[in-house]
Amino acid sequence: MHRPETGAAAAFLLTYLFFAIFTADAGFVSVNGTAGWLNLASELGIIAIPVGLLMISGEFDLSIGSTVGAASMIVAIGTNQFGLPIWPMIFLALVAGMLIGLCNGLAVVKTNLPSFIVTLATNFIVIGATMGFSRLIANVTSSSIIVSDSSKFVFAARWGQANISIAWWILAALLGFWVLSRTVFGNWIYATGGNLQAARGAGVPVERVKIVLFIATGFAAAFVGILQGIQWNSGNSTYGMGYVFQAPIVVVIGGILLTGGYGSVLGVVIGTALFGVISTGIFYTGWNTDWIQLFLGALLGAAVLANNYVRRLALTSR
Amino acid sequence: MSNPLMELINVSKSFGSTDALKNVSMEVQPGKILCLLGDNGAGKSTLIKILSGYHPPSNGTVRLEGADTVFSGPREARQRGIATVHQDVGSIPLMSIGRNFFLGAEPTTGNWPFRRIDTSKANEIAVQQMERFGITRVKDGNQLVGTMSGGERQVLAIGRAMYFGAKVLILDEPTSALGVKEAAFVLKMMRIARENGAGIVFITHNARHAMAVGDSFCVLIQGEVAAQFKRGEKTREEVLNLMAGGEDMAALEDDLEQVD
Ligand SMILES: Nc1ncnc2c1ncn2[C@@H]1O[C@H](COP(=O)(O)OP(=O)(O)OP(=O)(O)O)[C@@H](O)[C@H]1O
Ligand SMILES: [Mg+2]
Repeated sequence: MHRPETGAAAAFLLTYLFFAIFTADAGFVSVNGTAGWLNLASELGIIAIPVGLLMISGEFDLSIGSTVGAASMIVAIGTNQFGLPIWPMIFLALVAGMLIGLCNGLAVVKTNLPSFIVTLATNFIVIGATMGFSRLIANVTSSSIIVSDSSKFVFAARWGQANISIAWWILAALLGFWVLSRTVFGNWIYATGGNLQAARGAGVPVERVKIVLFIATGFAAAFVGILQGIQWNSGNSTYGMGYVFQAPIVVVIGGILLTGGYGSVLGVVIGTALFGVISTGIFYTGWNTDWIQLFLGALLGAAVLANNYVRRLALTSR
Repeated sequence: MSNPLMELINVSKSFGSTDALKNVSMEVQPGKILCLLGDNGAGKSTLIKILSGYHPPSNGTVRLEGADTVFSGPREARQRGIATVHQDVGSIPLMSIGRNFFLGAEPTTGNWPFRRIDTSKANEIAVQQMERFGITRVKDGNQLVGTMSGGERQVLAIGRAMYFGAKVLILDEPTSALGVKEAAFVLKMMRIARENGAGIVFITHNARHAMAVGDSFCVLIQGEVAAQFKRGEKTREEVLNLMAGGEDMAALEDDLEQVD
């Protein structure tokens, strides 16, 4: 009971069992059904992991949504309008994502403004700029992508119904887990979000910690933008807008404290999986998908309350 | 008497037109506890900030182990063995004891990219150090610091400073937020640190605590040294009167009683 992901794990089990039993003949627990919710969870999950680390360090990033779209458009316009090969454009899109993260990080650290506001502004700036420049250059806000076999394999390979994005998600989770729970940098992430002054006093470069995490988040968002663009053979400025709130939601459901300083990567993974199960499970019930929002909202509310409780529990001596 | 670890010679500090410190001279001796007493606004915090490298003095000299020194910042002061433990201690409640203890100086094991925090070593040393200072209740370095009492956290912070080789230990009101028992514990710990040869600067409002452990005393009033004396040279009554700025403490206490 003393672990941050306890609540999410329980909620996941209950929800999964609910759909498994309630939709017993519809194939939710089949290999294809499983691949379905994993696909959906994996793309969000790749972004949610750095967003989770960032939240543990005490910061928000709402600019992920527009970064996803921007990255897909960079690849689309580069390959389609300028006829450039795709790999350099992928590289460029990743660099752009990291630059957006760097700007967020610098702005937050230098101004001391809440990152919630700073990155909300960035979110609008980036999507506005993506649309504006796309229209200026190619007179479109979405455009097809000319892919190569190698890029198709790396970002959009499929085995049966399962996308390669699931493998990327697992990789991101392992990396996130390693960094957060085993490395010195991970210790600094917890310290930065747990008590900024104390961390600074102990010689932790708190500003560098935050900036690095913002860059990682921008990178992950761009990565998912590229992944979706190649999967759908097209870029679109509005890809990823759903993630703006989905990512922080699954992170909080996963047991990370909104105020920072506490949480785990396993929790984020479970929170994201829960999101995947709900969003796909609903289809198997035949209910209207509108219910997803209600479900998520209720879960988020419950999670915030549960997190506070778990935190207090963690602080009672054994 | 041995050579002082740290000296202030005619140090003044002004912020704009306020003179927070005026011509303050004092010595921190190894293996001794120097109590810094004074009312609110007397300049105690400013003095600590000069000792720990946050502020350079406006005038006067800081000497560390006999050499004139100007710190580039708190980091340099810390590296040169001056550790400050603030009242709020600066521990991180939702992190484990081991991780708190080694924050900023984490022991690692393995080679990159598999280099990781040596958690078992960190936990073991942290628990050992707490034990050395008399905390035996804590057995598991994985326990969150937030589960420890205020006094235990003070002990953790002081133990941490000592472990990392602090020569001068500056404690800013370490007992003021604690109950009687916890405060006694921290005072005992200060004695242990003293036996280990640290020079301790103990800031407090509480004359009783100061008299319990102090070897020498320095009373600040409005930025000036009002009195400097050794253990046993003054009674508690006299110290209280000095701290109240020369006003008769007994009279003040009478006033208080009338308020009740
Ligand atoms: N950074 C600063 N800028 C301007 N004035 C300051 C600054 N720091 C301290 N002072 C002033 O210097 C004087 C001494 O303050 P200081 O904080 O050293 O007192 P103190 O003895 O620590 O008091 P307390 O017991 O309340 O902690 C006060 O008048 C304070 O207003
Ligand atoms: Mg003060």
